[in-house]
Amino acid sequence: MGLRQIVDKIKPTFSEGGKLGFLHSTFEGFETFLFVPNTTTQRGAHIRDCNDIKRVMIVVVLALVPALLFGMYNIGYQSGIEEILPAFWFGFLKMLPMIIVSYVTGLAIEFAFAQKRKHEINEGFLVSGLLIPMIMPISVPLWIVALSTAFAVIIGKEVFGGTGMNVFNPALLARAFAFFAYTPKMSGEAVWYAADGQTGATALEQLATTGEMKWSVMEAFIGRIPGSVGETSTAAILIGAAILLFTGVASWRIMLSVFAGGLAFAYLFQAVGVDITMIDDAPAYYHLLVGGFAFGAVFMATDPVTSAQTNCGKWIYGFMVGALAVIIRVINPAYPEGMMLSILFMNALAPLIDYFVVERNIARRKKLIKNVK
Amino acid sequence: MKLSKNFTNPLAANNPVIVQILGICSALAVTVKLEPALVMGLSVTFVTAFSNLVMSLLRNGVPSRIRIIVQLVVIATLVIVVDQFLRAFMYDVSKQLSVYVGLIITNCIVMGRVEAFALANKPWDSFVDGIANGLGYAFILVLVAFFRELFGSGTLFGFDVIARFGYENNSLMLFPPMALIIIGCIIWVHRTINKDLQEK
Repeated sequence: MGLRQIVDKIKPTFSEGGKLGFLHSTFEGFETFLFVPNTTTQRGAHIRDCNDIKRVMIVVVLALVPALLFGMYNIGYQSGIEEILPAFWFGFLKMLPMIIVSYVTGLAIEFAFAQKRKHEINEGFLVSGLLIPMIMPISVPLWIVALSTAFAVIIGKEVFGGTGMNVFNPALLARAFAFFAYTPKMSGEAVWYAADGQTGATALEQLATTGEMKWSVMEAFIGRIPGSVGETSTAAILIGAAILLFTGVASWRIMLSVFAGGLAFAYLFQAVGVDITMIDDAPAYYHLLVGGFAFGAVFMATDPVTSAQTNCGKWIYGFMVGALAVIIRVINPAYPEGMMLSILFMNALAPLIDYFVVERNIARRKKLIKNVK
Repeated sequence: MKLSKNFTNPLAANNPVIVQILGICSALAVTVKLEPALVMGLSVTFVTAFSNLVMSLLRNGVPSRIRIIVQLVVIATLVIVVDQFLRAFMYDVSKQLSVYVGLIITNCIVMGRVEAFALANKPWDSFVDGIANGLGYAFILVLVAFFRELFGSGTLFGFDVIARFGYENNSLMLFPPMALIIIGCIIWVHRTINKDLQEK
């Protein structure tokens, strides 16, 4: 008996009126996880392909895998393990509990809300659940991961109506919660290392305080520097970006304009000669290599729900994300990393950008009609 | 019957903070700790009660064109009385509350109750309405401050409650945004219970 037959056989039990009917949204969630749904649109003209949210989300998860694998290796490497496989295994064991905690917490809440509200389970958390551990320092306690995940899913997503309705990127909201609630556990010198007693500033912090870092540009690009699990390797992130762009899941406009905005403002600050931070001594493109800039640009800013929707709006939104990130890094001494705050801030502004883009388009076309008359 | 309804209505079903969304500003500012929140709530209760009483007594003698000025004089006088009282007898709390005692003058609940209730009702009813609305405000303030102090500092009224069990303080609770989120959650619970308040 094939899997399809088994699913079909137990389906009545979980349908409306069946013995376990109250679990029908859970069942539906697993069924569509296994098989592409064969339902067709009943009314209206729709063009639909089989790429539902679940498949889109899986592509993003796949795109995250290179950065995740490298991050695991890097955990071991930063703890002083030189060989590749033992280092990877060490990091894998450190990382696994965080991923499990994040998924279990988030999915439990999602399932509970889906049952209560009698709608299908939203797939959005497949990505958020992996993103959350990847943007946390490796030494962060598991209860912080659980608490911030719960906060992000409930306050950031469910109160707005679930996946697709949220104003802010849930993963970044989780990080912002953890950062502001438990600052000593989320920043400083000790949190980036899995082994006890090891301390050291991240590349970004070194640049911000001393104007130079002890790693070469190549090392920073490959990612053998301390930092949150997913963010260190620009190379692995670029592989993910290639997957996202090739499959058309993420917007190339946003990615490109985030990098452009960051670079433009980095060079601008360098030209003006603001002397409180790294910009004076280090080349401007360092901004793109260290800290969470690349990771945020590829995986966070491009979130289709919270970014701008219009094409013109995407350019503005992306440029502002990159520019603000660099502005916060350079000008605000309290936060060495600006990417999280700049993306969350632009998330809030994205609908406004879209509004003005649409209004301008309407005004332009009205003028066109007038001219023809 | 009517009197008791006047009293209970502002406490829950028509609470000034979580239903009418008034007085939010001070609710964010003074709810870091329980003590200032409680004092603030009682101060506002005092001001609403007596401004309602006084304005209700004056309601037939004040021409409606200058009523706002008269109301402001009454409310400002009462606020100054409260402020001086706090400075004399509770100096520490008064310092923590800083400008927010003076800002009771601008609290929408006070002027709102005078305008909406005291000018059209008898003194005793108005007095009860003022107390009830003040207590409704105080109740929400204390509730928010309870969560913020408990989870933000691990204490209640300054007494160590859960910190001794190895509780790690959540410093986000000390920031004003968290007060807004807690008020939001209270509104969420309140509307889940009172279905007639839900917007369609």
